[in-house]
Amino acid sequence: MSGAPSETGYFQSLHRRAFATPLDGVISVTVLVFLVWLAWLAFDWAVLRSVWRAEDVALCRDEAAGACWSVIDARHRLILFGLYPYDEHWRSTLACLAIIVTVALSCIPWFWAVGRLITLWVAGFATYYLLMEGSLVGLNQVTTDKWGGLALVLFLFSSVVLLGMPMGLGLALMRRSRLPVLRLLASLLIDFIRSLPLLATLFTAAVVLPIILPDWLAGDKIWRVILAFALFFACYQAEVFRGGFQAIEGGQFEAGKALGLGKWQVIGLIVLPQVFRHALPATINMVVITFKETAVVIIIGLFDLLASGQAAFGTGEWVAYYIEVFVFVAFIYWAFITSLGRYGEFLKDRMRQEEH
Amino acid sequence: MTGREIALQLGLVALVIALVWGAYQSAQTNLAAMGLTSGFDFLERGTGWSYSFSLLERSIDDPYRRTILIGFLNTLFVGFTSIIFATILGFFIGTLRDSQNPGLRTISSVYVQIFRNIPLILQVAFLYSILIHFPSPKKALSIADSVFMSNRGIMVPVFNMPLIVVAAYVIAMIVLAVVVARIAPTALRAIGYWVIGAVLMGVALVLLFTPEGSPVLSVPELKGLRFRGGLTLSVELVAMIVGIVLYGAAYIGEVVRGGLSEVPKGLIQAGESLGLGTFAIWWTIKMPMALRSIIPPLGNQWIFLMKATTVGIAVGFSDLFYIVSTSITQSGQTLELIAILMGLFLSVNFAMAKVVNLLNARLALKGYGS
Repeated sequence: MSGAPSETGYFQSLHRRAFATPLDGVISVTVLVFLVWLAWLAFDWAVLRSVWRAEDVALCRDEAAGACWSVIDARHRLILFGLYPYDEHWRSTLACLAIIVTVALSCIPWFWAVGRLITLWVAGFATYYLLMEGSLVGLNQVTTDKWGGLALVLFLFSSVVLLGMPMGLGLALMRRSRLPVLRLLASLLIDFIRSLPLLATLFTAAVVLPIILPDWLAGDKIWRVILAFALFFACYQAEVFRGGFQAIEGGQFEAGKALGLGKWQVIGLIVLPQVFRHALPATINMVVITFKETAVVIIIGLFDLLASGQAAFGTGEWVAYYIEVFVFVAFIYWAFITSLGRYGEFLKDRMRQEEH
Repeated sequence: MTGREIALQLGLVALVIALVWGAYQSAQTNLAAMGLTSGFDFLERGTGWSYSFSLLERSIDDPYRRTILIGFLNTLFVGFTSIIFATILGFFIGTLRDSQNPGLRTISSVYVQIFRNIPLILQVAFLYSILIHFPSPKKALSIADSVFMSNRGIMVPVFNMPLIVVAAYVIAMIVLAVVVARIAPTALRAIGYWVIGAVLMGVALVLLFTPEGSPVLSVPELKGLRFRGGLTLSVELVAMIVGIVLYGAAYIGEVVRGGLSEVPKGLIQAGESLGLGTFAIWWTIKMPMALRSIIPPLGNQWIFLMKATTVGIAVGFSDLFYIVSTSITQSGQTLELIAILMGLFLSVNFAMAKVVNLLNARLALKGYGS
């Protein structure tokens, strides 16, 4: 294709494809009408006939009332922050923003250098932790068992990615090592973890580790779950990196050696930057999956977004409005996952264009 | 290998051995402190608790052995059912995604964007909440007075046949699939033969095994407060299967779209110049070519969906994970039960990976691609 088609050209081709044959025309119009009808139903329910303020909850009982967003107005703090002390919610808000800003900044190409990315993520994570935990910066201490909702989801997500990424790189390097013992150990671990459902891995960390570890090592449940989750991430990410390694021609190793560089210099200066580049789209895909999969921790007994949502409609007066809460929680997940996924597709397209 | 490298590897082996030994030692101490004996003797003990779903006869006195087997069968049942429907729906969605018609492209893309980007466990929990808010059996919603939907599940008409015949039919269909895959010249023709065989055999079984004097179909009917006849699909089961199918189909749709988009344009144009219609091109050119790049990622999706059945615990469906975690709380035999859970999932994954590899080898075109 030569250049981007002009706007009229695009609409002309759209028009041509929509009405290529009489049957196409019928299908196009039917589908359009159906989608508009669906959108109208949703709009009518969620906006036109809806009730928004917590005080107006009585209006929700009207037969003609649509969505009862009063439940969100009344309970959104519980959904977003879980059981975190009410007066300290500003800390949760700032902490969540720190993680969101970290993820958003990582999307800017200027940050795509190993040093900058590590600094950014460690800084973002440290900000989150210091604000949420509090005792190290002179605020009231809030222990991890009080963390919940969106704040907990972002905490799990960022710590899993932060810990899992270097673990994944280590496993990938081990798996392509010349030393058979390293190779065997890495392959066994990767294939084992990848064969198990994530829930089984996390559950094992939650209930088995306390048995096989001495008391002083077992630690908090949340940290055991995070470590197991990071291991899960690392085993998948190692395969992503392996794909990146395979895309590099063998001649480059020899070229590096010919320049007098040592083995680790070749890997660090020549190979890894290219591996990261090749692995970028698949890595973003893995990050998106990780964000989505954090939702299973409710089963391990952590108070995540789904659990706090269920608590929000769990009490008497709000029981009837479970749909609104589910829609709200689903929308939060959807917004995060879709924007990350869209960004990944945009990058993939851009890289494909650069190659041609 | 240099001496340093050998030392490094030996050190690593020693470290792994030390870790395993340490884990064993502290497990001994911790288990002794909790007053538990390790070993698999508990498998023969009765459980004393009940659960939501079983394909086999069950009672509250079943030993752990049988309860775990039932959980495993439930996982396989929900997994394979979901995989079959998700694959059919996914091929449909993927084909729409690849079509030229902007209307079909839009609607399939909206579907994928919604169902792929919301966590599965949330979708299943949402569905479950909606289903349990349906009216009571007395006021059940009905479709043509034969399908009823209430908060106790969905009641559908069912063939009047012993369960064992149905099970035999399912096994025969699997055998038939293997046989047609061996004898048919192309994959698509194999599917055609299989469908014809399945329908013929189904009709024959209905004629042979419907008990004397009873109708072919058993239709649910409201008698007092409950339904009689028909087949009741429990709320948990419906939420699980529908949730996994909708979610899996979005992923499989993307796999299928990817495969279809990689079919060389020249082949499609060749088909057009031979005067083939859209459907003939799809059936005889695009699908056979695309299948080769679809199967490997599709196999990964199948394995992923089988593992995804573990979300059943969120709605109280008694899959393997649910049974194992309940057994752990009830019996305290954590290590043994986790080992059983892992062993069963590893073997299922291994078997599924083998089947996908066989399928792949069977479909590979000699001299085409790698």
